[in-house]
Formats: sequence, C-alpha cells, structure tokens
Amino acid sequence: MSAATPDHAARGARTAPAADGAHAPAAAREAVLRVWRGDAKGGAEVEYRVPVETGMVVLDAIHWIQGHAAPDLAVRWNCKAAKCGSCSAEVNGRPALMCKSRLDHFPHDAPITVRPMKTFPVIRDLVTDVSWNYEVNKRIPPFKPRPDASWRWQQSDVDRIQEFRKCIECFLCQDVCHVLRSHELKHQFAGPRFLVRIAGLEMHPMDGEDRSAFLKDGAGIGLCNITKCCTEVCPEGIHITDNAIIPLKERVVDHYYDPLRWLWRKLTGR
Amino acid sequence: MAIETHEHDVIVIGAGGAGLRAAIEASAHGASVGLVCKSLLGKAHTVMAEGGIAAALAHVDPQDGWETHFKDTMKGGSFLNHWRMAQIHAQESPDRVRELEEWGALFDRTPDGRILQRAFGGHTWKRLAHVGDRTGLEMIRTLQDRGVHQGLAVYMECTITRLLMDGGRVAGALGYWRHTGELVLFRCKAVVIATGGIGKAYKVTSNSWEYTGDGQSLAYDAGAELIDMEFVQFHPTGMVWPPGVMGLLVTEGVRGEGGILRNRQGERFMWKYLPEARRNEYAADEAEARRWLDASVAGKQTDARRPPELSTRDNVSRAIYTEVREGRGTPHGGAFLDISYLPAERVMKKLPSMYHQFLELADVDITKQPMEVGPTTHYEMGGVRVEPDTGAATVPGIYAAGEAAAGLHGANRLGGNSLSDLVVFGRRAGLAAAKYARSAGAAPRPNEAEIEAETRDLLAPMSRATGESPFEVHRALTACMDRYVGIYRVKADLERALELLEELKGRAAKVRVEGGRAYNPGWHMSRDLRNLITVSEAITRSALLRTESRGAHSRLDHPKLDPELGKVNYCVTRVGTVMRVDPTPLPEMPAELKALFEPAKEKVG
Repeated sequence: MSAATPDHAARGARTAPAADGAHAPAAAREAVLRVWRGDAKGGAEVEYRVPVETGMVVLDAIHWIQGHAAPDLAVRWNCKAAKCGSCSAEVNGRPALMCKSRLDHFPHDAPITVRPMKTFPVIRDLVTDVSWNYEVNKRIPPFKPRPDASWRWQQSDVDRIQEFRKCIECFLCQDVCHVLRSHELKHQFAGPRFLVRIAGLEMHPMDGEDRSAFLKDGAGIGLCNITKCCTEVCPEGIHITDNAIIPLKERVVDHYYDPLRWLWRKLTGR
Repeated sequence: MAIETHEHDVIVIGAGGAGLRAAIEASAHGASVGLVCKSLLGKAHTVMAEGGIAAALAHVDPQDGWETHFKDTMKGGSFLNHWRMAQIHAQESPDRVRELEEWGALFDRTPDGRILQRAFGGHTWKRLAHVGDRTGLEMIRTLQDRGVHQGLAVYMECTITRLLMDGGRVAGALGYWRHTGELVLFRCKAVVIATGGIGKAYKVTSNSWEYTGDGQSLAYDAGAELIDMEFVQFHPTGMVWPPGVMGLLVTEGVRGEGGILRNRQGERFMWKYLPEARRNEYAADEAEARRWLDASVAGKQTDARRPPELSTRDNVSRAIYTEVREGRGTPHGGAFLDISYLPAERVMKKLPSMYHQFLELADVDITKQPMEVGPTTHYEMGGVRVEPDTGAATVPGIYAAGEAAAGLHGANRLGGNSLSDLVVFGRRAGLAAAKYARSAGAAPRPNEAEIEAETRDLLAPMSRATGESPFEVHRALTACMDRYVGIYRVKADLERALELLEELKGRAAKVRVEGGRAYNPGWHMSRDLRNLITVSEAITRSALLRTESRGAHSRLDHPKLDPELGKVNYCVTRVGTVMRVDPTPLPEMPAELKALFEPAKEKVG
C-alpha cells in the first residue's frame, strides 16, 4: 500500500498552525492520532501529530492530516454537522461520527485511535463498503398509501414517528450490532437501521402495507436479542430497541403466534 | 484501452432533490435512467436543508396564492429572474409538495391536520412546509426510496469529469469510480445536470466537499451558456465559532421562529438596514414584531407585520457584515442571534438539530444563550442557462435543474425556494430529457479523441515526480475568493482576483498526486480544482462587468442599482480556451404578470 510513512507524520508535526491568525488556538497543543491506513489486503495504524484548535473534532484532525501530511488519506464526509451520516468510524474503539467527536472529550495525554467500521469490508483507510445496506433497503416493501387515505393527520402522529425518520443512515448501529458484527448474519438479518426504517413506514398514519412477513422472514427480526448496543451508539438518540424493534417484534408475534389470529388465518386464508 | 461502459437513454448527474426528481420522472416516462452521484445515495446537499419548502398552499395564511409567491420571488431576485421560471415555480410547487406527501413524506401539521407552514425571509405569508428543522432529510429519503423502488440504476461514488459529444449533441459522460479509481463511460442520448453549487471555491462556506461547480463546468466545457454567475448567496447566519465549524449553516428557521439579531451593544440592528422601498412590509417596532410572533406561535391571524430579521438574505448578510466591520461585532466576529427568550420546549421542538449542533459543537445552549453568527457562502444563483419549461441548456441533449441551473432566483434566492426549485424543475428536466431521448434516433457515438484526452488529463498528476499538493492550491484559491470576490466587491479587487486565478490555473496544472488511484482524495481534488477555477473565473469576470449593486452582488464602487443593467444577464461562454462574458437581454415579462405589481393590486402583509 501507499500509505503514509513516518516521514509524513514528522512533516505534519513541523507544519504548525500558521494560517488563521484571527483565531489562534488558545494554547498550542498537539493531539496524537493513530489512524488505520490500508486496504482489503491489510494495513496498520499510522501516527500523526495534529495542532489542536478550540472545539476541534476528530474529522477536523483527519482533514488537517489530509491537507498537510497525507493527501491520499481516504475518508468519507459531507455535512460536518451530524446531518448526513457519512463520517462513521471507530474512535478509540467506539463507533462514532467523527464530526461529533470532540478532541477535548478524550484524554490529552493519550493517542486517539481512528479505525474504519469493522462490520463492513474496508475499501481504503477509513472508507468501508456499505453497499450491502442499500441492497437491504431495496427489499423493504415501500410506502403504500391506504386506499382511504385522507391526508389529514395530527401533529402527534408526526411527533411519534419522527424519531424513526430522523435516522441519518450513518450505519453505526449496523456496525455495533453483534448479529452483524460477530455472527456475520448479513444474509439473514436486516439490522437495526432497517428495523427503524420499517417502524417509520409501519407507523405512518397513511400507510396501508403489511410488512409482517418481511419482518419475520426477510428482515429476520427474531435474531435481535435486544442487547441495545445499537441504541447506545445512535448519534440521533433514536430509542432503536425500545421504540422500534420491540413494538415490531410484538407485531410479528401477534401476527404469527397469536392462537386466535392463527385460527382466523386458517379460516379466512389471510 | 477498454473502459467499463454503461448505456442508458438518460444520465442524471447528481442525486440531490433535483437529480432524484429528474431521474424518477424520466424513468416514469419509460426512459432507461442512470443516476450518477459523487457520494453515497442520500448524502447529497439536500439532506442538510433545514427550514422548509416554499409553496403557496395557503394552509396557514389563506391570503396566499401563486401570484404572491411569484411576486415575492421576483422582488427577492431584484427582477433579474426569468419571469417564466418564477411563474412555473410558484404555480407548481404546491402540487410537488402534495406529491411528496403522497410518496410518504411527513410534514408538520396544522391543528386541522393539514401541512403546517412557517414564515421565512422575503415571503409575504407563512409559506414553508417543513418538518422541524429536518425538511431536507425527509425530502431526500422520500425521493430516494421512491426512485430505488422504481428501479433506477444508481452509480454511487462515481465522479463525472467530462461530457462527451457527437457533433453538436451530447453522447455520453466520462468519469471515475472513487473506490477503485478506474474510469467509467456512460453512453446516453441525454444528460441532466443536477450537481448543485460551487461553495468550495470559498473558504467560509456551508457547502460540503461535493460543491465544486462540476455541472457548471461540464456544461461550459461542452459549449453551453452560463448566466448570472456573479450572484453568489452569502447566507447571513453561519456559525463563526469554534474554527472547525466556521461557516456551518444556522437555519433561517431560527429567524422564522422568532430569532432576534443584535450587535455587541445589544442593539436590534436590522431596522437600520431595511430597504426604504420595502420598509412598510416589516414591523415598525419591537412591540409590533412581538405581536406578529405571538400570533405566529399561537397559530392565529394578525395584522402585525413581520420582524425585520425576516428581510431577504442578501440584505441581512450585508447588515451583519457591516455591523462587524464598524466594530459592533461579537467576540468572534459575528452578530448575536437570540431565540432563548422563547420557552425552551418550543425551541427544542421547532429547532431540534440547531439545539444539538450548538450544544455539541460550540458548547452553547440556544435555549439559554444567544448564538454567534456571520455570513457564509451558501448558494449560487447563477448556473447553466436553461429553457424555462424544459430545463434544456443551449446544447442539444443537455438539461439542468436545481442549483446548477440559473434563472429562477435572479440576483438573490429566497429561503425555501430552493427545495421547491428542485422538485418543480427536476421533474420538468427529467420529463423533457426522456422525451428528447425517445425522439433522438440512433444512439450518438462519443468521440474517442475526447475520451483519450480526458484520460490523459485525469491521470497526469499521478505521473509527476514533483509538484504541489492539490490541497495547497485549493487553500490558495479559497483565500483568493474569500478576500477579493466576497460580499462587497470593488474593481481593483476583482482584477487582482483574475490575476491570481491565472496563476492558480498554472499551479493546478502542475500539481502532484501521491498514492494510488483507489479512493484517493488528493487525486479527486486535482480534478475538482479545474472546475473550481472555471466557476471562480466566471463569477469574477461577471462581477467585474456588473457595475451596480443588485441582490447578492454588492459593488462598493457602484453602490446603486443601474436600471439599464436590470435588463441584462451576463452570459459566460467558452471560445476555445478563452472565457467570454457578454450581456444578453433579459426576457420581458408579459403584461398580465406586470399588472400584478401595480400598486392597486399589491397586498402588503
């Protein structure tokens, strides 16, 4: 691989923050970042020293490295404001958005490690192949308005499902989910992100689609054993397990395992 | 050399609101569509749009109608808009909003269960359909899923670097896959350019890495005309602190919900900056502004006029800039924007992502403290000149929509008119491109020599043994544009910028890229630089010729409006390797639309 050598890091260290005199850093301090560099064939952490500015986030530090020491350092980003969900990585071992990870929230005297999400195949450096997620989404039965949809509903209906619809598709919940991360059951389990997506559709006041069969067989909702790791890493604070997954699990149980429903289905064929 | 090749009737470049809407429409009309985007699907700039989508639904203020929306858009654009685009936009945006709802989008509701609308700068009535401050996310997810389930072929993380021609018409597009660096060729009959803006030509910007003027440059290189490039919108409220987030957008929704602008002396300064001609549209004093706000919060009608903070963006930007320049700025060089006097619960409900953005990135609790804000490069009003009804550029087979196209917004865009622009004109461009492709006969053949030339250009920076980093040149470019082609312009500065741009062209042609072709941001920047320099030159040359102050273009050496220049658009074309800029006549508004502006028919809020 063509990753940075120790020489890059040293050059970075010498290029002090000359620009932006108007906003000179409060105290000239350097952060040490250990950034995983490599590709599908392998890689290693490379150390960079970055001048720290007030309020700096990990993504700023990565951009500084890219702009001054390693122009080929691969990273995804767009909005820098936690609205697009592009800059997901594992910072000090924890799945996080780099644009929301403040340097001053980490110990000053220890290096900060930045690695790509583990659950997805690495493309290069911090960029992973998340295309599997887009394939899952294609299989979800889309919004289908009820035939009698009135297009009038209350703000409380919006508030209830806005929680699910504010998902920014950072895929950190997918990254941390042990069904996907440790057991590698991508072919059986849609993952928390798409259970949230389904919750947003199922609870839409005008939706008339029934996704019970997909939830059970296509999305494999039974595989989730509600450890709530997904909820813990969600940068949008969505109560993934409690508000999306558990109600959907109940829906599936009601549909398939309620004896009265079972009898009703036998009799009516529905 | 065999290049991976795909064939479609229509290639849409860009997958924000305009590109997605165009692709959906073209595909619905039977065209085979390829949607090509630089980022992952759903990450385009539309996702960041916060405030809402403007449409005269008249759910909150029943007095509203397309005529008033049309007039507001024309006035906001200092009458440099193409009247027909402003008319189509005002007439069709309500249908496009209802269509989004039918496709599954959820907007905030009125008490009687209809789509709620909020106030925004320059809009006479409450007009913006929204969901909190996440309207763009709701819109892009809705369009994305609609498109995916309609079977669009999506090429993600793929950058188009050149449109290929066959004789006088478009024949395809050449680009590279970001993840491998391999080249890819799209053969097609029509191209829709929906690539957004140019913000990365400036240092302080609300725009992401994607906004490198790709579409404007692709069209320009292919021989199409660009107009109105001098009109760059500086959004008045970007974050100014801490340094890492400088320029990040603070939604106009804050002012729509009652946000007050003050200088360091506590003065509510916007009253000083209202243009005389429009002063009567705004509250006369604090008491009237407060009555407007109370009615707004209560969802009631009022005869009070809107607060001065809801003036148009060009005007508010100049006001903040002037306050800072004259020494009345905040500690970090901006203005205070205060919403903390409202109940915390309301602030968190109506502006949830602003609340989190300031708390997490700036340690400011906006329910308790004022924000600090200042102007940030946000939007390019100019772009590809299009035929209003179809989005057709001046080269056969090329269409453009959204921010990459020009005409709707004139000299200044009103907030909320962008999201509606995307779906109104995205749909029309997609429809026209599909029709054109159907009638275009045999598939055109891309010119081999063009493919070879572009391939050589693309790969050249990798073979150089020495040279600057492309990021170095980019920093120099943004410093030049911030300093010399910013909010206030003057002849000597613009001439200096042109000199510097010439130098930068030379430097950009000699950059060296380290590393391989796989996902190499330095390499990507080496190509983006060419587009950025092209649009920067177009902005600067047009700004030099427009010797007046109009909308977002302010000339210190020509501070007044020049009625003669209100009759022309400056039009940028390529002649060989030279950029030409010429005045072209603005289409004249028909009498029945002109009549809407007669005083007797003016209803002023």
